[in-house]
Amino acid sequence: MTPSHDSLQLWPAAVSANAVETDVLILAFTVLTLLLTVPVFVAITYFALRYREGSEADRQPSGIRSNLIEISWMLIPFLLTLIFFVWGAKLFVASKNAPPDALVIEAVGRQWMWKFQHPTGQAEINDLHVPIGQPIRLHIISQDVIHALYLPAVRMQVAALPDRYTDLWFKADKIGTYHLYCSEYCGTDHSIMGGEVTFMNPGDYQDWLTHAGAQQGKVAAGRALYEAYGCAGCHEPDSPVKAPSLAGLYGSSVKLADGRTVTADDAWLREKILNPNGDRLAGGIKQVMPSFAGRIPADELGRLVDFLKSYPAPASGNAAQATP
Amino acid sequence: MSASGSIGGTARREPHTPDATLGRKTDYLHAESTLRSWFLTTDHKRIAILYLVSITGFFVIGALAAGVVRLALVVPNGAIMTNDTYNKAFTIHGVVMVWFFLIPSIPATFGNFLIPLMIGAKDLAFPKLNLTSWYVFMAGALFTLVSVVLGGVDTGWTFYAPLSTAFSNTWVLPALIGVTIVGFSSILTGLNFVVTIHTMRAPGMTWFKLPIFVWAHYATSLIFLLATPVITTALILLIMERAFHIGVFDPAYGGDPVLFQHLFWFYSHPAVYIMVLPGMGVISEIVPAFAQKKLFGYRFVAYASIGLASVTFFVWGHHMFVNGQSDLASLVFSALSFAVAVPSAVKVYNWTATIHKGSLRLDTPMLYAMGYIGLFVLGGLTGLYLATLAINQHIHATYFVVAHFHYIMVGGTVLAFLGGLHFWWPKFTGRMYSEPWGRVSALLIFLGFNVTFFPQFILGYLGMPRRYATYPAEFQLLNVLSSAGATILAAGYIFPMLYLVYSLWFGRKAPANPWNAKGLEWETSSPPPTHNFLTPPEVPRIPYDYPIQARESRDQHG
Repeated sequence: MTPSHDSLQLWPAAVSANAVETDVLILAFTVLTLLLTVPVFVAITYFALRYREGSEADRQPSGIRSNLIEISWMLIPFLLTLIFFVWGAKLFVASKNAPPDALVIEAVGRQWMWKFQHPTGQAEINDLHVPIGQPIRLHIISQDVIHALYLPAVRMQVAALPDRYTDLWFKADKIGTYHLYCSEYCGTDHSIMGGEVTFMNPGDYQDWLTHAGAQQGKVAAGRALYEAYGCAGCHEPDSPVKAPSLAGLYGSSVKLADGRTVTADDAWLREKILNPNGDRLAGGIKQVMPSFAGRIPADELGRLVDFLKSYPAPASGNAAQATP
Repeated sequence: MSASGSIGGTARREPHTPDATLGRKTDYLHAESTLRSWFLTTDHKRIAILYLVSITGFFVIGALAAGVVRLALVVPNGAIMTNDTYNKAFTIHGVVMVWFFLIPSIPATFGNFLIPLMIGAKDLAFPKLNLTSWYVFMAGALFTLVSVVLGGVDTGWTFYAPLSTAFSNTWVLPALIGVTIVGFSSILTGLNFVVTIHTMRAPGMTWFKLPIFVWAHYATSLIFLLATPVITTALILLIMERAFHIGVFDPAYGGDPVLFQHLFWFYSHPAVYIMVLPGMGVISEIVPAFAQKKLFGYRFVAYASIGLASVTFFVWGHHMFVNGQSDLASLVFSALSFAVAVPSAVKVYNWTATIHKGSLRLDTPMLYAMGYIGLFVLGGLTGLYLATLAINQHIHATYFVVAHFHYIMVGGTVLAFLGGLHFWWPKFTGRMYSEPWGRVSALLIFLGFNVTFFPQFILGYLGMPRRYATYPAEFQLLNVLSSAGATILAAGYIFPMLYLVYSLWFGRKAPANPWNAKGLEWETSSPPPTHNFLTPPEVPRIPYDYPIQARESRDQHG
């Protein structure tokens, strides 16, 4: 069900009728492409061999009426390809008109994360859970640069613009978990702006909304924020900037440069994120962290602290990897 | 290859071909040898060589950046370099290749050198303006190069607002200023070509005796003149937006970011034909010469050049189907984009018909031309996939797009450039290159190119977005294949740089017309004298007056 990570794929999974029809369209177009190109390739190769300099081939003019042949090779391929214009346009128009009864999920893009809010209020970061069997309309906007929300499993993408809403709708009919991407280049971490979309049975979706969406979703959302705001870029052990690790920090005692010792609780962590220049740390650690005051909304700050609460200290020694 | 000899049993008309002049005081390379005589020259041929040397330098820089990109993508998790380094590398690759190599490539080098020769003129209409455009080009290009290489820019070559105006912390402003300056060089070159082709043709050289190469450059010059001012305006507005927040593109100040894309593509789509048309011109010279046969459907091919240059102004919106453009606009732009298939098909089928019943020699330029036809056909038809609205919604901004435009830009323009370089190398330098090495390199490039870029069509349909520093692990195998192909391609590029330079000193001296080709450039010595022709050239009865003529050509001129 999760995207396969080992084998060579040659065709992407399709979970909606629109996706299947898009596949049929591209396969039919490929047949036409072969009909138009193979004769050219074969002819060039054959002529190159047959009419090599010095060969005994007949080079008498063939008496082809050139105007007729010119017009036919202008018009026939053009008319054939027009079939695909019409077909593609019909699918496109259908994909632009969401049914009025669609479930509307708000999507907000910003450097470098997606935030989705379900009609019942549950929110998730980078991942998206949707029920199958009913039309879903994503109502999309950006808070900063242009992004684009791309769901290959339904063969759809649309830009997230900073000044107006765009829509992307689909009706999935198969369950499964697939990639969700940002497909409009948006700066440094463009390639990690995304996660997974999970198509679920309606019953499972209701369960998710009441349980997972509220509980397990919280820590995962905080983790996504920890990466999206770039915290991980400095505070993770392998990062180039050797900032102190935050694993196991919550609730521990922290020595400050002025000799005091404080407990890393909710209030102190919030204050330290918004105002890193206060409460300098002991041990000669250089203060280089920028302030996040005004850059991180209150609800996300809360989620980030929730994540830090649940971020365990690394296991000591070389014991097996501890998973949170 | 001797200058005389019979082809396919047909006796050839012997043109008055002067002896080789290499080394004589009269040839343009040896007339003067000081640095000053190069940097202050107004000889179109020397200016072409200045361009050739500079754009080769830019090509090497752009190719190195591509190497960095392919290296990074060998692993999916971005372990080789940071995301910022990757983003800067693909921006260098795009900016340098598009603005400083592809756009000037064939027009500024071959066009500059050959248009006056092909029409029987002494020089371009405005020789000093010609030198000026080289200096303007170098000033802008070096300015941008310093900013993208030393400082780094991470917006991509497309500079979309508001990322480029308000969010990127890199050296965007100097890069934009440099690209804007380079635009003026394009406008000056286009102006020079248009006036030259109108006013400097030799007596008797009527429009329908012009080689297709000249027609293609005339069409290209019209695009230079009409489209470049739009990108200049758009870039100046972008500079003002970034520097002073004037509020044209950034919604935070009342602007519209999609407006920038409209202006950008209003130029940048026609710019595709700035890159493609001259390449078609080159192929239209090479194919008849190596088939020793008149170009099939000459008038149709000439009109198709003008047709492409016209239609290309009306399809820019096909870059924006999912970017927030209105649905009506998308439908219209999609339909118009299919019309591009008509003049493109004319070209391809006419080249193929030219080979039919010819007397073929598969020398290096012809190998490049045949490779070009194959890759251009694939690149063009995959363009129609992208023009199909429903398909575009899936493969827009994926590796499918990357593969498609590399088939056009590398498979098309670069192969035509290399084919033309080998074809006219004797004319440019007075020396023959090594034919076996030429053929080996042409085959290596064709092979390497396909191994590099064909897997990217599959990656794109599987849904791998472009401009990704990291990617899902299941795409690794195809990415490694692509990077492996890039090393073959790199080898194919390195060989010509070595054997062509080697030939400058050690190559066999070239006769005036080593290929038995038609066209006035072959009527003068190799390399030509400073004033191009020692005796006024004789304008032929018909264009492409090759020994083998299909009946259709007699119909048209009878």
